[in-house]
Amino acid sequence: MSEQIKKTVVGALTLASTILPEDVVGALKAARERETSSLGAAQLDAILENVGIAREGSIPMCQDTGLQTFFVEAGVDSPFLKDVRDWLEEAVVQATADIPLRPNTVDPFTGANPGNNTGRFMPFINWDVVDGDQIKITVLPKGGGSENMSTVKMLPPGVGLKGIQKAVVEHIVSCQGKPCPPTVVGVGIGGGADISLKLGKKAILRPIGSAHPDPQVAAYEKELLELVNMSGVGPMGVGGETTCLAVHVEYAYRHPASLPLGILVQCWADRRASVIVKADGSTEVS
Amino acid sequence: MAEPKRLTLPIDEAQARELRVGDILYLTGQIFTARDEAHLTMLEAKENGETLPFDPGAMALFHCGPVVRQAGDGWDVIAAGPTTSVRMEIFEDRFLEAFAPRIVIGKGGMGDRTQAGLEKTGSVYTHYTGGAGALAAKRIEKVETVYWLEKLGMPEAAWIFAVKDFGPLLVTMDSSGGNLYKELEPKIAENMKAIEARIG
Repeated sequence: MSEQIKKTVVGALTLASTILPEDVVGALKAARERETSSLGAAQLDAILENVGIAREGSIPMCQDTGLQTFFVEAGVDSPFLKDVRDWLEEAVVQATADIPLRPNTVDPFTGANPGNNTGRFMPFINWDVVDGDQIKITVLPKGGGSENMSTVKMLPPGVGLKGIQKAVVEHIVSCQGKPCPPTVVGVGIGGGADISLKLGKKAILRPIGSAHPDPQVAAYEKELLELVNMSGVGPMGVGGETTCLAVHVEYAYRHPASLPLGILVQCWADRRASVIVKADGSTEVS
Repeated sequence: MAEPKRLTLPIDEAQARELRVGDILYLTGQIFTARDEAHLTMLEAKENGETLPFDPGAMALFHCGPVVRQAGDGWDVIAAGPTTSVRMEIFEDRFLEAFAPRIVIGKGGMGDRTQAGLEKTGSVYTHYTGGAGALAAKRIEKVETVYWLEKLGMPEAAWIFAVKDFGPLLVTMDSSGGNLYKELEPKIAENMKAIEARIG
């Protein structure tokens, strides 16, 4: 059974790296229709053509196939909890050879590259323990160019929600074309330095077009998206209407002396896929 | 948008100096990939008086770490879009002076040192759509060869590609000081004022 589940995870890794989710394609097409800058429009045309070539040929849409980052919602009653790490590591090795993926994991001390996208703590697994007997595995292949533009700012709490908006817009503008805009931005507020970044990364997993369940936060992220897109940075930083496809906010309560702001930047290739493993070992990919 | 220019490599300095910000190029000929490590390796070779196994001046320089797969004696390119160019800012001026590739292909733009380097050698920096790795691979006809693969690994090695109609490449920095990113700055600064006013 484990072999079958592992194969399904390899399938999800293939899906993520070769087929851009429909919500992202829809957002890119809408951005193309809105675009008034001819240079910006040309960038979006090239992106959409590229997405089509990758889908038809089942080849990675970007040569930076990323670090394979997993988010696991582990049901406490699942019989497979002890197997998940092995599945994921073995699936990454297999997918690296089959798809193929670029070997991206490097030892920071020796520079050695094992060639299979594994290594100390890699692939990284983010664990959440949840009720139930299912395990939901989500993969986020995260490219280096956009991850390099992610940052944490420890703001003075006095700047408030307006100060956060200002800091986010200033940061995204300072990134110019480097994170491959139009980007998806995850904004994590509160918790602590590490928690704000984690919240930001989780916020990226939400489909584009979805709203935060809290109406106040939903209104805040909508306003933030409009503000960022007023900047004119545009697709690939060559100028234009759409700098970000979406801004997603997630928050945790904070220390009274701290206002941590984690800004997670995801490139237009907002790649993700999920596998649900049920208690009987059957699987569903989405 | 201007009519795209279709160029066959190599091009000489005079041809390169005619290229201007806003030009869209499609290249046919040979290009070589070089990221951080290949830049350093090539510069070191030059400093040690060694002869390179290929002529970078006759090719375009592509900031790219491709995904390639061995196929018999040769290689297939799976995906090969541009990487972030600004990482190479710390030595690109020396690299341009040493090897004079007339066309640099990357993404995200570069800094003042590179701009000065471009002015010296008459080269241009062109922007290729970031992440368009599958599109790029389709325009690469053949992997001619690869250098320093064992030493540097797949992404960092110098791959020599034969390309046909490789583009669209947008010239964003030229040899007469033109810089699309700098041209955008005043407009973005003005937009920032409006954004700050709206935030209040």
